[in-house]
Amino acid sequence: MADTPKIRVPKTAKKGEIIEIKTLMPHIMESGQRKDKDGKVIPRKIINKFVAEFDGKPVFSTTLEPAIAANPYLQFYAKVEASGTFKFSWTDDDGTVTTAESKIEVA
Amino acid sequence: MQQISRRTALALGAAGATLSVLGWGRDAAATPEAAKADITKFTGGKAATEGKISIELPEIAENGNTVPLSISVDAPMTADDHVTDVLVVAEGNPNPGVATFHFTPLSGKAEASTRIRLATTQNIVVTAKTSKGAFYTASKLVKVTIGGCGG
Repeated sequence: MADTPKIRVPKTAKKGEIIEIKTLMPHIMESGQRKDKDGKVIPRKIINKFVAEFDGKPVFSTTLEPAIAANPYLQFYAKVEASGTFKFSWTDDDGTVTTAESKIEVA
Repeated sequence: MQQISRRTALALGAAGATLSVLGWGRDAAATPEAAKADITKFTGGKAATEGKISIELPEIAENGNTVPLSISVDAPMTADDHVTDVLVVAEGNPNPGVATFHFTPLSGKAEASTRIRLATTQNIVVTAKTSKGAFYTASKLVKVTIGGCGG
């Protein structure tokens, strides 16, 4: 499931504006609770951490548990004072880190 | 006293529903007590004040596999007074943990939305910590028609 995350960040904003950010990471979020046909527990495999940074400074982050639905969706906010780049990262249980970036022009 | 009996009834109901309907044996359902233990760990045993938090959840979730959840904490979000961490626990899931959101003054608002899995009808408890070391809490009951995360 090496899909690319979907992110929605405004391209422009006013100085000091609080903008809305939406992200969606395609992922099965296998809870570790389900069993296969033979009754064996399907091992847990989830995105356990999400981090959003703006020019290297932390904006929002979260730990995720198996109770987060498949294709984890997150909506949050950021206050922007100057133009810069948002960087998002999703960490899988297997250690894989997927990243995405989005630039914003602040007038 | 009323509170206690309601919670006990809920715990029994949640455990019963989980075991019988979804067939979890290995990992028994979380109880309000397990959720409470998570909250105590989060607050370090400090008391949390009711309020300041709003939780948006459907009153009835027809599909427990994906239930929209929004939390919002009333806070100025300035450098010296902002919400730092928000713990979300579910009292009736196999594990109480749902997510822990971390905010900074750059967040602008202590507000986040996601989609969660709920095994059965239960309370969602949200606890927020501020940069000044204060704790706030709120909870909301969701009725779940078809439980998620089983199978």
